[in-house]
Formats: sequence, C-alpha cells, structure tokens
Amino acid sequence: MEPLLVFPDPPPPLLAQTLDLAGHPWKAVSNAAVAAQSEPTDGWAGAVVCAEDDTEAAFGICRSLRKRDATVAPTLLLISGAQLGELELREDLFDDFCLSPFHPKELEARLRHLFWRNGKGTRPEIVEYGNLVLNLETYQAALGRKPLDLTYMEYELLKFFATHPVKVFTRAQLLSRVWGYEYYGGARTVDVHVRRLRAKLGEEHANLIQTVRSVGYRFGQARLPGSRSESTEPVDDA
Amino acid sequence: MRQQLDYVLRTVEERGVRFVRLWFTDVLGFLKSFAITPAELESALEEGMTFDGSSIQGYSRVQESDMLAVPDPNTFEIVPWRGDDAPVARMFCDIQNLSGEPFDGDPRYVLKRNLDRARDKGFTFYTSPDMEFFYFRSAESPEPLDHAGFFDLTHGDMVSDLRKQTILMLEAMGIPVEYSFHELGPSQHEIDLRYTDALTMADNVMTFRLIVKQVAQSQGVYATFMPKPIQGAFGSGMHTHLSLFEGDVNAFHDPGDPYGLSQVGKHFIAGLLRHAGEITAVTNQWINSYKRLIIGYEAPTYVCWARNNESALVRVPIPKRGKESSTRIEFRSPDPACNPYLAFSVMLAAGLKGIEEGYDLPPEATNNIYEMTPEERHAEGIGSLPQSLAEALEIMESSELVAETLGEHVFEYFIKNKRKEWSEYTAYVTPFELDRYLGTL
Repeated sequence: MEPLLVFPDPPPPLLAQTLDLAGHPWKAVSNAAVAAQSEPTDGWAGAVVCAEDDTEAAFGICRSLRKRDATVAPTLLLISGAQLGELELREDLFDDFCLSPFHPKELEARLRHLFWRNGKGTRPEIVEYGNLVLNLETYQAALGRKPLDLTYMEYELLKFFATHPVKVFTRAQLLSRVWGYEYYGGARTVDVHVRRLRAKLGEEHANLIQTVRSVGYRFGQARLPGSRSESTEPVDDA
Repeated sequence: MRQQLDYVLRTVEERGVRFVRLWFTDVLGFLKSFAITPAELESALEEGMTFDGSSIQGYSRVQESDMLAVPDPNTFEIVPWRGDDAPVARMFCDIQNLSGEPFDGDPRYVLKRNLDRARDKGFTFYTSPDMEFFYFRSAESPEPLDHAGFFDLTHGDMVSDLRKQTILMLEAMGIPVEYSFHELGPSQHEIDLRYTDALTMADNVMTFRLIVKQVAQSQGVYATFMPKPIQGAFGSGMHTHLSLFEGDVNAFHDPGDPYGLSQVGKHFIAGLLRHAGEITAVTNQWINSYKRLIIGYEAPTYVCWARNNESALVRVPIPKRGKESSTRIEFRSPDPACNPYLAFSVMLAAGLKGIEEGYDLPPEATNNIYEMTPEERHAEGIGSLPQSLAEALEIMESSELVAETLGEHVFEYFIKNKRKEWSEYTAYVTPFELDRYLGTL
C-alpha cells in the first residue's frame, strides 16, 4: 500500500496516531515542492490536509495536488468550524472534509468511504492479466481457476510484473523494486526466480514473462508485435 | 519480514492447508520432518518450535537436548503430492539453541556462515548439481527395472511415466530441471538442476531426493542415491557446477583468456585441487562412495583439471558462443548421497582459500593420465583422491580448512561418526574374501 500524503509536517499528534492505528502508511510534507519530491513511485494513495494552522498553505497544497496530470485522490481536508466559510469557491480542491477537532472514528470512516468511492482500500484488490488473476488482499494467484502455489518472493515478483505489464525492466530494477534488500541470491536471483515462475506457470503460460535480450524482462505482450531484440526463449546462462 | 509471515499465514488460511511440515537436515544429510497445525503456525514462525534434538544425528549435546526449529518463510511451498482437498505445506527450518543463537550443528547454518564469508568478499556462490540415481524394483536388492514382465507396464511406459511425474512435481515445487536419460548404467537416470544460489540449491537437493523417492514409491519401485549400487556398472555422481558472481558479473569469466577463465576462476580451481583430499570425506561420506571413485567409470580418481576430460576432478566446460558469461567449473567427485549443505560449504571454502592465498593453477592435465606411471604422475604433481573413507577421514582430520568450515561441533561429530562406521566395516567379512580365500586358503 502506498503512503498517504499528510500536511503539515509534523502533523497534529492525534492525526498521526489515528492514521497509524487505522493502518494507513503516511508521509508528512511541509509544502508542494517536498510533496513532489517525496512522492512514491506508484503515486500517493491520497492526502489528508490539515488547514487549521495555515489555511493558505493548506489550500496551496490541495491546489498543487489537483493541478498535476495524475491528480492525487482522494483528498480529505481537516478544518475547524470557524474556517468553514473558507471552503466557498474551493469545492474543487478536496473530496471531503472533516471538522476539527475531529473524532478519530469519524476520520477513519470518512477515509474508508473515500477510498471505497475511489476504488481503493476495502474492496479486495484484484489484478488481472489474461487468465492470470492476483488477489492482492489474500496473496493468492490463479491461472484460470487453478491456484498457483508460489513462494513469497515468486508471488511478489509476479505481482510486480502483473501490475506493470509491457514495460521492460532490467535485473537491477527488478532487484531493487521487488527485493529491495541484499539477498543471498545476489543479482542472479532475478533470473532464478523468473525461471521458477515460468516453471510454475507451466509451458503454456511460461512466455508471459519474456526475456528481452541483454536488457532484462517484460511481462505480457509488447505493444508493437514483431519488434526486434525480443525473445520468448528463456536465456539460459548456466 | 512481517509481510512474509503474513503471506504464509494468509496462504495457509486461503488454501485450507491442514498441516505444515517443518523440515531440517541432520549432519549426515538425512531430511527430518515434523508436522504442525495451522493453529501453531504463527507462534512457530515468530518463536520457533521446541523439539528434542537428542535423537537427531549430530545434534545431541550432553547438557541440553531441547532446541528450536524456526521456519524460514522464504521456503514456504505447498507440497504437490498430497492432493488438493487437504493441501500440505512445507518450510525449511533454521535450528537455534533455546537462547535463540544459531545451533552450530545445523548444516543449513554451516552453509549460511560460509556464504556470509563469501558475501563479505563481494561474491555470491551459485551451484548447479547433476543428480544421478538408480531405479530398482525394491530396496532389497539392486535389481534394475529392465527385466520385462514387471507388473503389466512395460519398462518404457514405466520409465517415461516416472520421468514425467518427477519433473512435473519438481517444477511445481519451484525446482526447474534439465533431464537427461542415462544409458550408462541399467536403470540409471540423471536430472540436472538449473543453477541457483547455494543455499536454495541445498534445500532443493533435499527436496529433490524426497520427490524422486516418493514418485518411485508411488509406482511401486525404489529410487536410490547410493553412490555405487552395482559392481561393474557406472556409479551415481553429483557433478556440481560452481560459479561466483560479483553483482551480476561472472567472476570466473575473462574474455581475454584462452580458457575464458579469470584469475579468480583459476585461483578457485587451484584451491579446489589443493584441498581436494581434505574435503573428500564430506563430498563422499560413505564407505560405498569410494567404490565409485575408481578408474574406468568416468569418475574422477586423480587430482587434476581439464577442459574436456570426463575423468578429471575439475572440468572447465567450454561455454557456448554468446554465452560466455556462463563460464563455470564442474567439480566431479561429489556423490548424491552427500549432505548438500556441508558439501557446498567445503567446495566454496576450498575455492575461496585458493583466491585468498592466490594459489597458482597447475597446467591442464593431458589426456593420457591413465597411461602414465605413478612416478610420471608424481613428477607432474598429479595426486590421487583418497581411496577409502578411512584415508579420507585421516586427511580431513588434519585439515584446518575443513575444521574451520564445518565448525568444531560438526567437524568432531562427523569424524567420530564416520570412524565408527569404518571400524564396523573393517570387522565385516565380505563376499569378496569368502569367494577368493575360502576355497584356496
């Protein structure tokens, strides 16, 4: 799960505590520039912006989140009763608001509802590619109706591939994005796991993961069929 | 780590797994297993399961016998042979003392310790063993399947079915293979495991031996990894391909060298050659192992290296064009009845020693080693591998390298256990003696 953007930095202690207890990862930012810099690769899960102390800066953040190509949604605004008038003509900058001081349960419920409306959160996240189905909630993968028996790292690698189809990744990229830490296997681990995944996917589906010679791997079909420098042959380096 | 635990717990729940088998290995390389229920799983993952180690070969200690088996969630796999209605899963365990320290007698820990040493030098160690084995009609006598009239299956059906099932099951367990059919010995087969890091590979070898035996049993036959089951036929080896990588660069490869070998690769081979005698008791740990290491059956007997000589101890296969980075060396003495954790440990340690000390690689062996007189071989500096378990133990006992690699606990237990085996053997009057001596003496 990607983190929520939280403003300001540091956030009010009760807000931090509520998010932690509800199990939402989050990251505090002090302005729009920091928000852009520290954005996770797959984007923010959403934003909780507290307007109590510095209303102008808070709306500034909201605006910057809305202006981008991929807007950050949902955005929840925390605002005191005395500031309600400020919301006028700014309806487009947030998805919902919550009166501050807030009740932790209310904040949690509003977030849950926002995520649900945005198709994130409480509904099981399902990733599908052809007849490969991954349920990110239950960690289960299946081909057609048949469940795949995967180890944790095989599952993580398949999940990464299935959520980033068609793009070509180098071994180093896969190692840092999927493993992210030093592993007994070293850099060759990627090849080894791809081979194991192919074996488990079975002959018919083994070419879901394609070797792009002297670059790395790609999941699924390329946009341009027949383009050069690609191969469905597993490269055997042993 | 938390996520890995979640993955295991969630999968057990979702798939309705009834039992989780916890696997570990004793010092002699036998797979040990006990089952826990899903209810016990979470605490097993977090705290380990207490068990009595006194009945495990090489685990016993005078003071305390209770120890902990801590499952490695990375190794969680659904075991494919139990059917889908009540799936069973397995995990390999690390063994700890009750205090939470790794247990010195755990072969998996011995290998991890040695892999850490390699990693400190920037190396990752990969292995790829060629597993040879025989199918027999039963464990009672080495009777090949080749005789017609076995049940109502013909030999060909039986073998291709065994082969198909074994491969499917291995792949389902995440062990990719290359299969090659052997005609050298009757009913002998070879399955080559595709390379992976040495720890995973040692786990894979343990799984492999179990799967091969289970599939055979399900067909009413018996599979054995005994190194030399039939006198006068080829034995079963576990030729092991070795390579070191620095990051994703093959440390053994040098495009400018006529052999394609880097200095690191040459030192590694030199290390294996120089310490070959010392590590043989570990790579060939049974009395029967030495019945395989004789002249005439493509098993190595002399300590030398060559590019294309099936009898050399170390072979440097010539990489295919365009696959130069697959440069590797093949160590040909180990047999498939070894403890893979310990065998990989000593191979790595011998090679690393060669790198550390910068040993010089002796010249490549010429093809006529067997025609040379012992004096000529001596002049060329070509030694012999130990010819019996007793000789191998004697050399091992004075080896600092092996003592350090295995650790005091395993080293002492191993020597003691194997000496006992040898002394039992020496008391045994063999059919050879009866045949030869009874009628003449």
